[in-house]
Amino acid sequence: MSAGRDVAMIPDARPPLVAMRGISKRFGPVQAVADVDLSVAAGDILGLLGENGAGKTSLMNVLFGTYAADAGTIEVDGRPVAIRSSADALAVGIGMVHQHFELVPRHTVLENLLVGRAGPDGRLTRAAALERLARIGCDYHLELDPDRLVGDLAIGEQQRVEIAKSLVRGARILVLDEPTATLTPREAEGLFRALRSMAARGMGVIFISHKLGEVLALTSRIAVMRHGRMAAERANDGSLSKPELARLMCGRDLAPPEKPAMAPGAPLLVLDRVSARGRVPLRDVSLALREGEIVGIAGVSGNGQRELADLVAGILPPASGTIAVAGRAVPDPSPRRMQALGIGRVPEDRLTTGMIGAMPLSESMALPWIDEPPFSHHGVLDRRAIRAFAAAGIARFDIRTSGPDARTGTLSGGNLQKALLARELARGPRILLAAQPTRGIDVGATEFVHAQFLALRRAGGAVLLVSEDLEELFALSDRIAVMYAGRIVADLPIGEASVERVGLLMAGVEERAA
Amino acid sequence: METLVTLLDVGFFAALVRISTPLLLASLGELLSERSGVLNLGIEGIMLFGAMTGFTVAYFSGSLWLGVLAALLAGALAGLLMAFLAVVLGVSQHVSGIGLTLLATGLSFYVYRLVFGQPASPPNVVPFRPWPVPVLSDLPVVGPILFNQMPLTYLALLAVPAVAFLLYRTPWGLDLRTVGENPRAADAAGVNVWRMRTQALVIGGAMMALGGAYLSISQFNAFTFGVVSGRGWVAVALVVFGLWSPWRCAAGALLFAALEALQLRLQANNVLHVPYQVLLMLPFVMTIVAMAIVSRNARAPAALLVPYRKEER
Amino acid sequence: MIRVRLERREVTPAWLQVAIPIASVLVTLVLCAALVRAAGADVIEAYRILLLSTFRSGYDVQDTLVKAAPLLFTGLAVLVAFRAKFWNIGAEGQLMAGAVAACFVGERTFLPAVSLVPLMIVSAALFGALWALLPALLKVRLKVDDVVTTLLLNFIMLYGVTALLEGPWRDPKSGYPNAPSVRIEAEFPLVPGLGVHLGVALALAAALLVWWMMSRTTLGFRIRAVGHNPAAAAYAGIGVGRVILTAALVSGALAGLAGAGEVGGVRFQVTSDLSSGYGYAGIVVATLAELNPLGAVPAALFFAIVFNGAGTMARATGVPIYLADVIQGVALVTMVAGRLFATYRPRLVRPLAPAPAPGPEATPSPLAGRGGGVAAEGR
Repeated sequence: MSAGRDVAMIPDARPPLVAMRGISKRFGPVQAVADVDLSVAAGDILGLLGENGAGKTSLMNVLFGTYAADAGTIEVDGRPVAIRSSADALAVGIGMVHQHFELVPRHTVLENLLVGRAGPDGRLTRAAALERLARIGCDYHLELDPDRLVGDLAIGEQQRVEIAKSLVRGARILVLDEPTATLTPREAEGLFRALRSMAARGMGVIFISHKLGEVLALTSRIAVMRHGRMAAERANDGSLSKPELARLMCGRDLAPPEKPAMAPGAPLLVLDRVSARGRVPLRDVSLALREGEIVGIAGVSGNGQRELADLVAGILPPASGTIAVAGRAVPDPSPRRMQALGIGRVPEDRLTTGMIGAMPLSESMALPWIDEPPFSHHGVLDRRAIRAFAAAGIARFDIRTSGPDARTGTLSGGNLQKALLARELARGPRILLAAQPTRGIDVGATEFVHAQFLALRRAGGAVLLVSEDLEELFALSDRIAVMYAGRIVADLPIGEASVERVGLLMAGVEERAA
Repeated sequence: METLVTLLDVGFFAALVRISTPLLLASLGELLSERSGVLNLGIEGIMLFGAMTGFTVAYFSGSLWLGVLAALLAGALAGLLMAFLAVVLGVSQHVSGIGLTLLATGLSFYVYRLVFGQPASPPNVVPFRPWPVPVLSDLPVVGPILFNQMPLTYLALLAVPAVAFLLYRTPWGLDLRTVGENPRAADAAGVNVWRMRTQALVIGGAMMALGGAYLSISQFNAFTFGVVSGRGWVAVALVVFGLWSPWRCAAGALLFAALEALQLRLQANNVLHVPYQVLLMLPFVMTIVAMAIVSRNARAPAALLVPYRKEER
Repeated sequence: MIRVRLERREVTPAWLQVAIPIASVLVTLVLCAALVRAAGADVIEAYRILLLSTFRSGYDVQDTLVKAAPLLFTGLAVLVAFRAKFWNIGAEGQLMAGAVAACFVGERTFLPAVSLVPLMIVSAALFGALWALLPALLKVRLKVDDVVTTLLLNFIMLYGVTALLEGPWRDPKSGYPNAPSVRIEAEFPLVPGLGVHLGVALALAAALLVWWMMSRTTLGFRIRAVGHNPAAAAYAGIGVGRVILTAALVSGALAGLAGAGEVGGVRFQVTSDLSSGYGYAGIVVATLAELNPLGAVPAALFFAIVFNGAGTMARATGVPIYLADVIQGVALVTMVAGRLFATYRPRLVRPLAPAPAPGPEATPSPLAGRGGGVAAEGR
């Protein structure tokens, strides 16, 4: 049925390191993985490509024992194995580096390595762990100080700890889930070097990504998943191109959204030398958002983008500097005030800050305006109006749900995002703040979200788009501002921005004054 | 002032150590549970259940140590029930803990009444006597304070370094702390989160019950319905006050015991003309004040109160 | 082997919200039957007396209604607080605060007689609310754990009241450590036709009012939003701290009213054993009611029946009266467990063909790990 099966059938003296056959996994109504075959040989770096929600992570969680598959078998070295837990996976030599590191910040590097104490040959002692750590350091250029607290390490170093955790346990197959999402290009280069030397020493690597460029550059074979199925599997022998892979991923050619040229109008939102406390403090941030403009905020995760979004949303108070909306300074910003000033706000965490999972969808959608008519009169709720508002949003934005009474938390990511947009756009905001608006949602929903942004832009509104997805930023933005260490280090018109230039700025490489 | 100074003699400090025993045991038990990520509010009930079980078994068997053993088992069983609710089912730790306290309290009353009926004078046992440690108990000052105590008091004092060692120096302790901080990381490293939490609750429950049994067969010689009277809740507060460290937790227990010992002395000497209830109240007030002071740098285990369900993110 | 898998429900069917508490009460009674057997009594007979002795006479019904009033008040107090995730385990102390205030007002001779009852009610609510405000302030301002503070404040209140009763407030006439009785005009009038004191009617009215507040007003909406997800509530512009403080005030006031009812309608004075655990029972009532104010009415009635019936049962069969306390504890435990079915749907799944286990680590203990039968799934 798929190329994967053919590859696995090629007669070979040695069986593949790992082979998954006919794997299926369902979450409630969603078929996350459907009858997938996948195998990795020693020395292979397999790129696993796919859109968000294509099933890559679910498939790998099955391999690592985090999820139990509904059907299918797994073989390691040609022998069938039952992987019911991470302990089982580690015992047969499968290690996984999760996208969100599974580390304890309050423990030292060594303590993080020692958790579980499982080694390739039974129990792992402190001395053995130290010795292996040193060897990993020189073999793969993954140096680490065992006594430092993980919480004090940079993201790239934390990822090394995560990789070392698998290697110390003797992993021969290493799965990395979107490992470069939070790395600077330089850190990513270091990672690639390490992965290549692992493959050269006979390990198998599975590299999950949706970034076509790095997959083409790094891997020896590429498997593409779409809608939970294996869409294609090819050797990466130079015959593959980015557009071809993109077509395989999406099942059709990606048309960049149509963006008519517009002359920006009067400034709608102006930040003037704003500083604010936060996990990453904002320092002297100045930014202007004008009518008919989409301004993209680029940056490696954790460089103040979240704080900037919180600032504009009104939940992070500025310590100094001024925020002005439509030419008037906002003396005391709060969520309420920002809402009242016509700022629609789509937060990064749809379910933890956007909506309330345990409440009915209708109540989640009325949340910000519950004090105002038509949702309430003199403190008494108008339940009919609340349901009607949700019903209208559901119909207009084609939100798939059983109705306004469905528990908010049961909606899928894409539908949740549509509901959030329906809520935030309902009052005709002039400004829309959107943080990571398409993270983890499917292609259809992404197109829908983008169309809403462009419609607002056409109508003379403005969008502040905070995203870690450079393709999205380049496709939509009129200007791109790059954040690094809590500052805006560049604010470029789209014509002057290139992926390379933005990438360097994101890594903190300063541009010399021209 | 002078009267106060005369109150603080060797006998006062010996009493302080004695009084701290149930608090030490219970708060260390609670600490183990919380370090694994489970708040065990069943503590007050488990202590009472331990007090009742320990007393009843000691009364009928004539052996105090059998009573101790029975209390340990009873506490472990209660910990197992808490684990079923809070770990396996993953329901609200607050409500299931309160439920366990109500259940264990009711059960203690029920069984006691069933076994002993309503006698005119409450049945009693000959409680533990001090075990002076040879040589050491003859030391001046330190001898009577630390080395002429009840066996369970020694046990409680030894439990402090034991728990600290277990937590910080053994693989089990590392796994337990990881489960309390980031269960997903522990799971990914092959640690069985449910098993670790269950073990912590079972051991913790046994320690809580032992603290209760100390009250009924060592500090006093009988079981009364009010024998625990809030010590379990104080132990929960001590864990917060001790910032989840066994050493600081023990220091808190000693501090609280000092207040109680002082209260007993003042009550006996009647030097201050204050109603004794005000003195009884004092430790509770001080606990709240202390919690308000440390709350700023309180660093609870990151996964405390969060049930772990494997396939949910 | 077939595993049970739990899937998250989109909507909880209405019948389940009624069926779960009823089922958990039935399970409780079955579990406690073992204790009744242990006491050597006939289970059916003991339960018949426990549950039906209330209905022997009008007097018994009145007695049960009077008993249900404080349970309903504290149940409502707890559920309002729990809805806001303010863990108020201190209804016991707040009830006492209300009782002290009501009794103090009810003794004042300078007050006009007609003003006594309303003033008692208002001051009890006020004092209960203030006693709950303290831990709420500590929680909101200093992030001090509310479970512990509310619990400790119960003891502080109890010792404080005892000190008063044995000291300056001791009844000079009797000499017992009780407060002097309130004036005759301060005794709550009886509800016409029912023969129960005003507090019972107030409790019922409070249930309706709280239900209306929680489901029909913006305050109730905000309390629910804050309780479910404070971060999202704050993002949407709701003042989380203020909502928690408001919920605490409402909660404390309701518990205080329970104290007013006990002083004005039952004891006519403050005694140190005035509450006897109503505050903790309120937690059971609220949980059994699934935090639904209307559900608190049958839940409070059920426990009033059990508490009243337990005495009769003890006299008739020799089963210790504390069976009522055990039932209360077991019911709470079975209810929290049962509530799982309101959010999850159990579904039987057949696992794949088993393959040989790779190592010793793969055999989970029956309780720990996913082999234990209940593995929650879904997203």
